[in-house]
Amino acid sequence: MKLHEYQAKAVLQQVGIPVPAGIPLLSLDDFPSVIAKLPPPAWVVKAQVHTGGRGKAGGILMAKTNAELEAAAKSLFGKKLVTAQTGPEGVVVRKLYIEQAQTVQRELYMACVLDRAKGQPVLMASAQGGMDIEELAHNRREALVFEPVDPSNGLTAEQARSLAQRLGLQDKVLESVGSVVQNLAKAFLAQDASLLEINPLGLTSQGFAVAMDAKMTIDDNALFRHPEAQGWRDLAEENPLDVRASQAGVNYIALSGSIGCMVNGAGLAMATMDLIKVHGGDPANFLDVGGGANTQQVTEAFRIILSDSKVKGVLVNIFGGIMKCDVIANGIVAAARDVHMEIPLVVRLEGTNVDEGRKILQESGLKLTAAKDLTEAAEKIVAATR
Amino acid sequence: MSILVNKDTKVIVQGITGSAGTFHARGCRDYGTQVVGGVTPGKGGTQIDQIPVFNTVKQAVEATGAESTMIFVPARFASDAILEAVDAGIRLIVTITEGIPVLDMARIKTKLRTSGWLGRLIGPNGPGLITPGECKIGIMPGYIHKPGSVGVLSRSGTLTYEAVWQLTQRGIGQSTVIGIGGDPIIGSSFTDLLELFEKDSQTEAVLLIGEIGGRAEEEAAEYFKKKMSKPMAAFIAGQTAPPGRRMGHAGAIIEGGSGTAAEKMSTLERAGIRVAKSPEDLGDTVAALLPRKTQKSS
Repeated sequence: MKLHEYQAKAVLQQVGIPVPAGIPLLSLDDFPSVIAKLPPPAWVVKAQVHTGGRGKAGGILMAKTNAELEAAAKSLFGKKLVTAQTGPEGVVVRKLYIEQAQTVQRELYMACVLDRAKGQPVLMASAQGGMDIEELAHNRREALVFEPVDPSNGLTAEQARSLAQRLGLQDKVLESVGSVVQNLAKAFLAQDASLLEINPLGLTSQGFAVAMDAKMTIDDNALFRHPEAQGWRDLAEENPLDVRASQAGVNYIALSGSIGCMVNGAGLAMATMDLIKVHGGDPANFLDVGGGANTQQVTEAFRIILSDSKVKGVLVNIFGGIMKCDVIANGIVAAARDVHMEIPLVVRLEGTNVDEGRKILQESGLKLTAAKDLTEAAEKIVAATR
Repeated sequence: MSILVNKDTKVIVQGITGSAGTFHARGCRDYGTQVVGGVTPGKGGTQIDQIPVFNTVKQAVEATGAESTMIFVPARFASDAILEAVDAGIRLIVTITEGIPVLDMARIKTKLRTSGWLGRLIGPNGPGLITPGECKIGIMPGYIHKPGSVGVLSRSGTLTYEAVWQLTQRGIGQSTVIGIGGDPIIGSSFTDLLELFEKDSQTEAVLLIGEIGGRAEEEAAEYFKKKMSKPMAAFIAGQTAPPGRRMGHAGAIIEGGSGTAAEKMSTLERAGIRVAKSPEDLGDTVAALLPRKTQKSS
């Protein structure tokens, strides 16, 4: 689950990492009450969107007076930002964060992430902050320093200082940054984060560290033990169909093609998209109904696929393990009837209870094409939607 | 491969009284696995189809001599269930449960490393493992498998079944099929298990099924180049996944590679591993690795 910058900064503040004084502006109606509580100018007015590259897209503005602030806020609310990460559709700005502008001498980069290969979190940092970290990790890995984080105990003060030293820091700055490093790891563990990044961490001329920007993602699997974090979810930042799917308990991602897919299992679902492409078609979505899906979930999944107007045909590819073929067949029959399915439907079933499943489809009277294997399934759906 | 499981392996099922636990305890037992007990706190003394249920893993192990467990315990309690099994002397833990917090798994791996546990943890969020004809500890449909000499390792569940089914239909049997699980942190990696296949006299070739994200396939390619004498084939799901979108299990940026399917495929090919371009070609790609005598036309 992605968090906004203002939410991530609240987390940092809780663990004692300095952040600029700031107030979120969640609606223009709140402007009068927010402006009354702001620290003295100058201010930075920042779009709160779940995407990077805001600055370059015009999502961050400066303001020195109340009038400039009001103008900046009004221009950003409702603005469509197109960044390197959003694609041409962009994202609409619905929330702002107004912060006191900081003057810093230097910028560092630091983040706590999961190192999958080592099976534990790692803290990584660079003396070159503000830069694109993926580019840094790819092209100039020697600019990064790493320190493994014990997943139960975090970083010791010694480890934190050692990291700060390896960044070439000394004296007051070394202490400030060491403290940030240790607390960052602490917050990562306490919040079940999968990413907690400060980019840049600004250093003032007096040697104080301040987190100028923060990005945080929480492990979805851990949300059950963070009730307060569940309130941070911003559904408006997600594609409405994706949201509807997640509420139904299925994993759905809208793509741009015309062949809808319903598959059980993420690997098989991705492979089915690959298969369609190999045969000259274009998948309209990724959809994993999962192993435990019941008839109602399958029906809802079907409706979600069909509510995408680009979909000209649907391929169902189910290999039943936990998922039983008769359950999926009942779901397909119910959904197809409910939505008065007109477009071509190709169904490939294999696995647990396959005979019962195929029988249910055969006896349903529905107009569908059965396929025995992947090749037949792909050829038939691509031909039917050409 | 009788190194991990065979017809003599005794298995208990943690979470046996839940609906998935019950369904699959029966499924494994019906396949021929020795399912000797189950564990659900508070339900000790009851039975599921004559399989005795115990309150703790320790009690189950003492009563049955089981050395393996299959875990269906819900995600919020699963990490405790794994540690309980370790403490009770279990040597093979197969965790089916999906949704375990990643940091719980990080903590488990650290504990296992520092305690020097000599057992093997498979999963979580995977279908389990099977030695066809002998022992199934997992949720895979048994009928699609056939005893033979190809080892199969996979991050996926249902894509594994697809691969196995294609092999079986071509008359190519499997020595052992292991679903390593789709989570970012898992008990055993491709590399950990390739070592076992390399040492197994029954295994002649290996099929590896990977997907986007992480570096598991790249590490497997390294291991293959340096240590393996047996031929290997692979498939990577997600060639058409748009970058930066999380598809089910997809992963991170930290590892230095971008984790795309194209990169993985090229790394595997450069190492001398045969890579299938489409999921319909899994069976044919493996068939091309084997000497003619083990192939049959379908």
